[in-house]
Amino acid sequence: MEYLYYPGCSLECSGKQYDESLRAVFHALGIKLTELDDWNCCGATIYMSVNEATSLAIAARNLALAEQSGCHELIAPCSACYTVLLKTNRFLQDSPELRTKVNRILAEAGLRYGLTVKVRHPLDVLVNDVGVEVIALSAKQSLKGVSFAPYYGCQIVRPERGFDDREFPTTMDRLFERLGATSVYFPMKTRCCGGMLMTTFPDVGLELVKELLGCATENGAQCITTTCPMCQLNLEAYQKRVNKLFGASFSIPVVFFTQLLGLALGCPEKELGLQRNLVPLTEPLSALVA
Amino acid sequence: MTNRDVLAGPPSAAEQELRRRFLEQARDVPGSDRIARCLQCGTCTGSCPVSYAMDISPRTVIALFRAGEMERILQSRTIWICASCYMCTTRCPQSIKITDLLYALKRTAMDEGLYPDGFPVYRLSKNFVRMVNRYGRNNELRLLASYYLKRNPFGLLRLLPLGMLMMMKGRVSLFPRKIRGVRAIRKILEAAESLKAPPEQHAGVEYAESMIGYRAVG
Repeated sequence: MEYLYYPGCSLECSGKQYDESLRAVFHALGIKLTELDDWNCCGATIYMSVNEATSLAIAARNLALAEQSGCHELIAPCSACYTVLLKTNRFLQDSPELRTKVNRILAEAGLRYGLTVKVRHPLDVLVNDVGVEVIALSAKQSLKGVSFAPYYGCQIVRPERGFDDREFPTTMDRLFERLGATSVYFPMKTRCCGGMLMTTFPDVGLELVKELLGCATENGAQCITTTCPMCQLNLEAYQKRVNKLFGASFSIPVVFFTQLLGLALGCPEKELGLQRNLVPLTEPLSALVA
Repeated sequence: MTNRDVLAGPPSAAEQELRRRFLEQARDVPGSDRIARCLQCGTCTGSCPVSYAMDISPRTVIALFRAGEMERILQSRTIWICASCYMCTTRCPQSIKITDLLYALKRTAMDEGLYPDGFPVYRLSKNFVRMVNRYGRNNELRLLASYYLKRNPFGLLRLLPLGMLMMMKGRVSLFPRKIRGVRAIRKILEAAESLKAPPEQHAGVEYAESMIGYRAVG
């Protein structure tokens, strides 16, 4: 099994542990990952605010490079990158005019995109390509006793009809339940964490984070598993501020799903970047750390 | 201004121009003509996690568009508070791409320089784009610093403890790296600029032209 890997800008800094744990997990499962050479920023949700065709062309450069490399499956872990690249594929597919326009733009950079690259999320690849049974066979320890809130965030499942339900997905739930953990009742599993609002409208951002943390802890979660670097940062880094603003007392670890998966697979702490998380793991999770 | 004045007659020339600009931006959104199918059911507003903080709800945005109140929409906080969670788009019974239409409104507002007072949120977008154009990738530290320094320097001070903690954890990159293909990015940008005018024939054009002079109430 072989895939192209598009880390995205966040995984190089604020989401570094996501990159590290993802590589560790794929390595442990014997799946080859090749980083897309010289990838550029996907534009995220922000470039679209400025210019649509340009944002599509900027994103399409990556797809064109992937096409050139010969491998047609591109893994994009960050939700924003994932949704932008998927959207680019969708818009170019649905609109011949846009396709022509974007290819004219790309031609100036000596590139062309023929819509042959499939954009995949690592959660989708792990559960649907590799399969939970295969992963369970490779597990070195059980996650029994761990209760987690499976937080998907918004852009991994919306707006495209992708690998799971757009409002109540279960891919991550199934993965960790097969490994022995218990997923708590978590109706806010795809509710927005606010994204960049934490910077532009912090009051609103903090309110959204408070609701998510509240839902997770009320339902007995010991940790929150995430699939997006923005969500992870928002839920983890502002707990003190939320506590101060709302008179709460949240202190719940927020891990990337690949970090929890890596624990089950027996990967060492440093490989999973667990020391980079801001809220330390508590029992029984901390007992699982090698 | 009486109700009669509001209801009667086509929208003003300025309003029509704003509409034209918006519909041009919306042209790149496939299916943007479905905006005419809006039932005003309010599912979008009910689904939106941040609608409580908006001055104009998503449903009202479409109602105002039809009533010929583009300027009011562009002066609202609404389009900037949208976090693009796509819940509205997912649930809209008429499959209207509301989130993407709000992006088109953002672009129109930026092109026209229309923002609510004391509202530098668009600067984040501009700085982001500037950084991608320069390096090919984004550097979070620089982006945040450039945004806060202009808007709210004290906000930056407040973030300092978190910033230092993140730095100790190795989650901050101080120096942006240029990708090898940064010239390709610039060529892409120039090409995109040159292709901006004039717009090609599009199925939405008929709708667009008739929508410009059109005014509906309610």
